[in-house]
Amino acid sequence: ITKSLKPKTKRSKRFLQNREAKLVENAKTAMILKGGNTSETVTHALKDVYALKKPNAVLYKKKNIMRPFEDPTSLEFFSKKSDCSLFLFGSHNKKRPNNLIFGRMFDSHVLDMFELGVDRFSSLKDIKSTKCAEGTKPMLLFAGELFHTDTEYTRLRSVLTDFFRGPTVSAVRLAGLEHVLHFTAQDGKIYMRSYRFKLKKSGCRTPRVELEEIGPAFDFVLRRTHLASDDLYKTAHRQPRGLKAKKKKNISHDTFGTKYGRLHMQKQNLDKLQTRKMKGLRKRKGGVKSGQTPPKKARTGL
Amino acid sequence: MAACSIEDVLAKAEKDEAEKLKSITVNKELDLEFDIGNLLALDKNSINLREFKQQNKEDFLRSLARDNAQLLINEIWKHPSERVEDVIVVKLPDPTTPLPREKPAPKPRPPTKWEQFAKLKGIQKKKKTNLVWDEERVAKNEFNRLRNVARAQKIKVPGIGLAPSAKQSKAELSRAVSVAKTSTASVGKFQDHLPKEKTPKNTGKKRTFQPVIGDFANEKQKQLDLLKVMDSKKPRLEITKAVNKQMREEDAEAASKRRRVPGQKGRKRNMPAKGKRSGPSGKGKGKASKGRGRNPRMKQGNR
Repeated sequence: ITKSLKPKTKRSKRFLQNREAKLVENAKTAMILKGGNTSETVTHALKDVYALKKPNAVLYKKKNIMRPFEDPTSLEFFSKKSDCSLFLFGSHNKKRPNNLIFGRMFDSHVLDMFELGVDRFSSLKDIKSTKCAEGTKPMLLFAGELFHTDTEYTRLRSVLTDFFRGPTVSAVRLAGLEHVLHFTAQDGKIYMRSYRFKLKKSGCRTPRVELEEIGPAFDFVLRRTHLASDDLYKTAHRQPRGLKAKKKKNISHDTFGTKYGRLHMQKQNLDKLQTRKMKGLRKRKGGVKSGQTPPKKARTGL
Repeated sequence: MAACSIEDVLAKAEKDEAEKLKSITVNKELDLEFDIGNLLALDKNSINLREFKQQNKEDFLRSLARDNAQLLINEIWKHPSERVEDVIVVKLPDPTTPLPREKPAPKPRPPTKWEQFAKLKGIQKKKKTNLVWDEERVAKNEFNRLRNVARAQKIKVPGIGLAPSAKQSKAELSRAVSVAKTSTASVGKFQDHLPKEKTPKNTGKKRTFQPVIGDFANEKQKQLDLLKVMDSKKPRLEITKAVNKQMREEDAEAASKRRRVPGQKGRKRNMPAKGKRSGPSGKGKGKASKGRGRNPRMKQGNR
């Protein structure tokens, strides 16, 4: 999309403005693509992830012959066209069976890519239970030491968080929290399970959680990775200045929660301070109160 | 004995509390790291390999998930909640995990032609207020403006009721008629009526006097009240009010004197003497000199 195409209608102008860089960004959308050859597992897996990610995802039906790890230009073109910064590319061949590549972009250039092989997969259809509504913001749980010790796994955790978290909201309806995605990293394998939880009454205010498995279950194996270089990663994290919360000056709180404010005053001459006016005590020209001759200086207010 | 029972009671209370919290407490070696803004929790504890291999994998994962979910829910419930349209909602803090942006930060755009021009000229953006166009006020404004113009140019201005507007209401026309009628030498007393015209009742003198022989009871009451007033020891003159009034007038006089000294307009100097000033305020009800800047010439004695 080149800027030489100037928008001719208000609607198209709004559309283009939505896609521009903003201070507070839109929720990230994911594009789900199929490679040159896909197995049944892969197609079902892609469909299930699309179901999890709806409505912030687009599922492309056609096969795209490309190799993301060798040549990402095609992916970048797609990302620019559809304004998606996350992608999931599924393929299948003899060397890498049931391959899913999770990735994210910055400024339509590939930032990180993780190739995960699917060992075992149970889809939404296999597990019979009542599912959550689409678009519910899921709770994300990561277990296993690998997720915070290993650099690759740490980055993978970041990518998975980015992928599966919904739009950023300021408040959440307590009754609407029902979806949990649980990732466990162990022995080079990553187990992804999706549960729906019911809140049961406990003795106190916080309820007790009971889980019921619903959604897709994956057993991943980490294959190839492509991590972004440090400086590109840093550039991607740079926040614009307008986003920092403006700290209100001259307001402070003490430990008891009392709010204190500070007022800055100019220096006051206490001799010439005007206090309450007592009209009767004012010096009068005719000299009603005083018997003496009035002084010759100018009349001063009190 | 009493001490024993108190201890028992406290122990029992503690046990009850523990029982209550049992259902939601989860014991972990290391605490989880929470990012409530993203509804995220990271469990750093290492996975018990033996348990993992012994148990059915699914069950192990499920119990682990349940524990972690319980801890996350406990953490979420600690945050303040509020009621928004009969739904309980929890206010989430800002997300803490640093995640990369989608696109680079927007660059400040170069100012548009208008913005440049406005800056050059010093034009500021003014917010439109919620004021509405008021016809009556505008008309009144216009009328006063024209009158001022006429006065300035010493053109004879008609009095009330003869405004030079195109459309005149019925009331205005009738007032104009009555004004015309009374502007004769004998103040309209001998003017003939039009066939269906009626004499207006309340025009003319503003002061009305009671008839000489009228309500006897009323007259008696009035006389008695007057005697009572004369008898009472309370002064009819409120000292403070009178003094304040006096002082205010003196101030006004002094101020005007100070101002007029270069101008030398002698009109305002022509004030009556002090004694006469407290004359109308003798009853303490000096309405004529209520401080609205009334022209001192128009006082009662000076008509």
